[in-house]
Amino acid sequence: MLHASSVLVFLYGFWLLLSGYFSAFLLVAGAGCALAVMLFSRRMGIIDREGHPIHLSRRALFSYWPWLAVEIVKSAWDVTRRILHPRMPISPTLARFKPSQRTDIGLVVHANSITLTPGTITVEIGRGEFLVHALSEEGAASLAGSEMDRRVTDMEAGK
Amino acid sequence: MSMVRDLISWGCLLAGGFFCLVGAVGLIRLPDFYTRMHAASVIETLGAALILAGLMIQAGLSLVAVKLAMIGLLIFFISPAATHALARAALVRGVQPLLASREQPSSKR
Repeated sequence: MLHASSVLVFLYGFWLLLSGYFSAFLLVAGAGCALAVMLFSRRMGIIDREGHPIHLSRRALFSYWPWLAVEIVKSAWDVTRRILHPRMPISPTLARFKPSQRTDIGLVVHANSITLTPGTITVEIGRGEFLVHALSEEGAASLAGSEMDRRVTDMEAGK
Repeated sequence: MSMVRDLISWGCLLAGGFFCLVGAVGLIRLPDFYTRMHAASVIETLGAALILAGLMIQAGLSLVAVKLAMIGLLIFFISPAATHALARAALVRGVQPLLASREQPSSKR
């Protein structure tokens, strides 16, 4: 019920911000559409902790995303340096390692974060094992037990 | 005041343009498919984010800025999924990655 009403609020907010018109007809039409989409999604059974993870939102917004943004800037700068360096000091590496998350959503957040930081791409996600392509050996070596791994696990555990 | 805003906004736009250019140079310079994807990810993170930030400063507090933020969130969530799908498809189809330590038998694989 909490998830359903939160989906409704998000959908309606999304409609209002995209439309930008606030006449009575459009306000009612938007509410109707948001309600319909919410009911359809509930019938499809995709409104749950996994499809709409609001329990993660506070920690994601105020702790994980800002940290991730800084990491993205740092690694993007590192990749930029490697690209522009005359000798191009790259050492492409494929590395397998075990992430410490237990839930599917934690694994997805971790894999997406790895791909989002330039210089590392998650190529395969198996049962408790990631295959990562890294632009440099240092990038590949720092994957297992990284701070990112620890932070995602903390977020998933609700710490 | 609008002068300061323009300066910050232009700074963001120019920096974003710089990182897009770096990504393009990387696409040409880097040796194989997988390493080139790393260059593309510079464009879709820093390049896109800085250009969107510059445009949001130009837009001020308005619905346009909100829509730009939505585009940013969309890129933030979709680009890793697309990158992962592309890399995995390449690996499944048998595109061999060029590895630094191919000569000596590596223990990592």
